[in-house]
Amino acid sequence: MSVSLTLLGLLEREPSHGYDLKRDYDTYFGRGKPLPFGQVYSTLARLARDGKVIAGDPEPGAGPERKRYVITEQGATEVETWLAEAVEPEPHLQTVLFAKVVLALMLHRPAAEYLDVQRAAHLQRMRELTDVKRNGQLVDALLADHGLFHLEADLRWIDLTAARLETLAKAVQR
Amino acid sequence: MSADMAMPSDGPIVEARDVYFSFGTTPALRGASVQVKAGEILAVMGPSGSGKSTLLHCLAGILVPESGEIHFAGRRIERLREAERSSLRRDRFGFVFQFGQLVPELTAEENIALPLLLSGVRRAKALGEARVWFERLELDGLHDRRSGELSGGQAQRVALARGLVARPQVLFADEPTGALDSLTGEHVMNLLTTAAREQGTTVVLVTHEPRVAAYADREVIVRDGLVSPLPSDRVNA
Repeated sequence: MSVSLTLLGLLEREPSHGYDLKRDYDTYFGRGKPLPFGQVYSTLARLARDGKVIAGDPEPGAGPERKRYVITEQGATEVETWLAEAVEPEPHLQTVLFAKVVLALMLHRPAAEYLDVQRAAHLQRMRELTDVKRNGQLVDALLADHGLFHLEADLRWIDLTAARLETLAKAVQR
Repeated sequence: MSADMAMPSDGPIVEARDVYFSFGTTPALRGASVQVKAGEILAVMGPSGSGKSTLLHCLAGILVPESGEIHFAGRRIERLREAERSSLRRDRFGFVFQFGQLVPELTAEENIALPLLLSGVRRAKALGEARVWFERLELDGLHDRRSGELSGGQAQRVALARGLVARPQVLFADEPTGALDSLTGEHVMNLLTTAAREQGTTVVLVTHEPRVAAYADREVIVRDGLVSPLPSDRVNA
């Protein structure tokens, strides 16, 4: 999962300090794997260097650093592009999809449309694997089946999530 | 492609335009539109109760929409009288449903020949054409079995042969593998799509299973009685 894009997405919601960003990341996306402070600040420094965020002046207060970060136009464009594009359909991508859906809802973006894009990408990949099965050897078919069952599991998750978007939006929107 | 299919290959052979249909006061279709190209295999997906089977029944002339248009090969079929729609279904369309719906009193061979017999083909010729399908769909030796003596997969292959024996222009398949296990369902889908492509039959396939939809050329999704455009269609719009 892309930590930098997720942090950038959280910054699009509102300008934020590194500490608050870490707290929001851990709450929504960490799932038992909190983001180390060091990674938060190194990621923010990289985003600032690349012109995707602007760091404000240091502010007095507790903690290792008190700078407010603001997303730039370039950063917002990158978030938009990332949310709208389908993830390469492969097994175990649920965490990326999950992050995209939650961020899209937080940012009042069309999460249902993004899920449709992903569904189409998944079905296209399933068609390719089905062709492999029909025209390949048994070993190819078995490997294709493995991929097909995982993609199908993703699709079920996509369908279920699409049906729950309204409830999910209430849970993540302020 | 069958000899009687004089359709332009790029235009739709079947189309629903802004179709509305309700069961009593419950709306099932609310402005559904879809186009199916000649020779295409289209999967119609969607959650239970979304209206996908109702859409198939409207496209096939089984149900008549309250408003909107159904086109087949350039004709408005919702305007036809029931007898005309009935002969259209018999002569131009084939059907496969979730449960084979074979006639229990007839043998497998007679079941397959049924559409031909109903169209007035002589019995010997109809049974001869039915026999061709036993090898094609790997049903050898089952000619004289009645539906109660067939496994689920065998019965569904007989139903598939019955749906295709009259070389229909369009095969309407509603959850054709819904009652089968994964492996048998896959076998049926392989045979269905291979046979349909060989004889140029257009297929409208209703399914809620992505692995079944993956046998189609493309898919549309029905939600709340509407056909959702594909993301690629939206981009091109």
